[in-house]
Amino acid sequence: MEIPYTVEPRPDSGLANGKLGIWLFLASEVMLFGALFSTYILLRVGAPEWPHGELSVKLGAINTVILICSSVTMVMSWASLKLNDFSKGRMYLLITIVLAAVFLVNKYFEYADHFARGEGPWHSTFLAIYFTLTGLHGLHIIGGIVVMLYLLGPGAGLWKRHPEQYANRIEYTGLYWHFVDLVWIFLFPVLYLL
Amino acid sequence: MHADQESIRKSIRSYMIVGALLLMFTGITVAANQFHLAVPAAITLALLIATIKGSMVASVFMHLSHEKKWIYGALLLTAVFFVVLLFLPLLTTEGGIGTPTAQPARPEAHEPH
Repeated sequence: MEIPYTVEPRPDSGLANGKLGIWLFLASEVMLFGALFSTYILLRVGAPEWPHGELSVKLGAINTVILICSSVTMVMSWASLKLNDFSKGRMYLLITIVLAAVFLVNKYFEYADHFARGEGPWHSTFLAIYFTLTGLHGLHIIGGIVVMLYLLGPGAGLWKRHPEQYANRIEYTGLYWHFVDLVWIFLFPVLYLL
Repeated sequence: MHADQESIRKSIRSYMIVGALLLMFTGITVAANQFHLAVPAAITLALLIATIKGSMVASVFMHLSHEKKWIYGALLLTAVFFVVLLFLPLLTTEGGIGTPTAQPARPEAHEPH
């Protein structure tokens, strides 16, 4: 038995089930990160002083550029599939995965530098919220990489059977990926610059 | 299908433009940081630019500029709860929630006769 409304829109919502599902999931993600941003504000407002210049703006800015580029390649992957160009779609997806991996490598160097100086989350309130926010964001990056690797590898067979459904899966993964980018767009100034 | 493909081709151009604008705004954010503005001005500017960038990602990359009303409804509800969540901690600092109250006097222990 086939799952209904994977490609064709439902008559009541005008949306395929997957699309409404991913947006509801993203709504829950907004609340998850919202709670942590709220915690950040509370900690910062209540702190007698807040450290500046503890993080490398250069590395943070490079990671911002990397994530923006990965968002472009992700949406280009979907657009290529909609134009029936599977090889280009895969190529853009692969570039997105590589960019995501580079982001994590940069983050590793940042973390390693802090730990080498004995500056773990226990060191200060600022570093506690920094590691919590960026750690959770990093886990989302890893989650995105896992899904994209699946769609690039074993999940790619769907393109031959149901190309529209495969394009939809790339679109939903893209929506998640753009959200991860969006969160970083706010994390960068909040943690690195202010 | 052909009309659909034509609109996708047009969209690709807007993806590239938005990508370039996002990179440009990132450059502006970093450059503005070099001026060492006062903290309130720096926060306002950085968050303003971040909001513009976030809006571009949401409207163009996530196709929110032309989405179905069910998604707008879900996001509106999320936005309301998000704002509540952001300001909820203020209630704990403005009000008396969490502050210790005076303990009631312990009753005198009666000595056994």
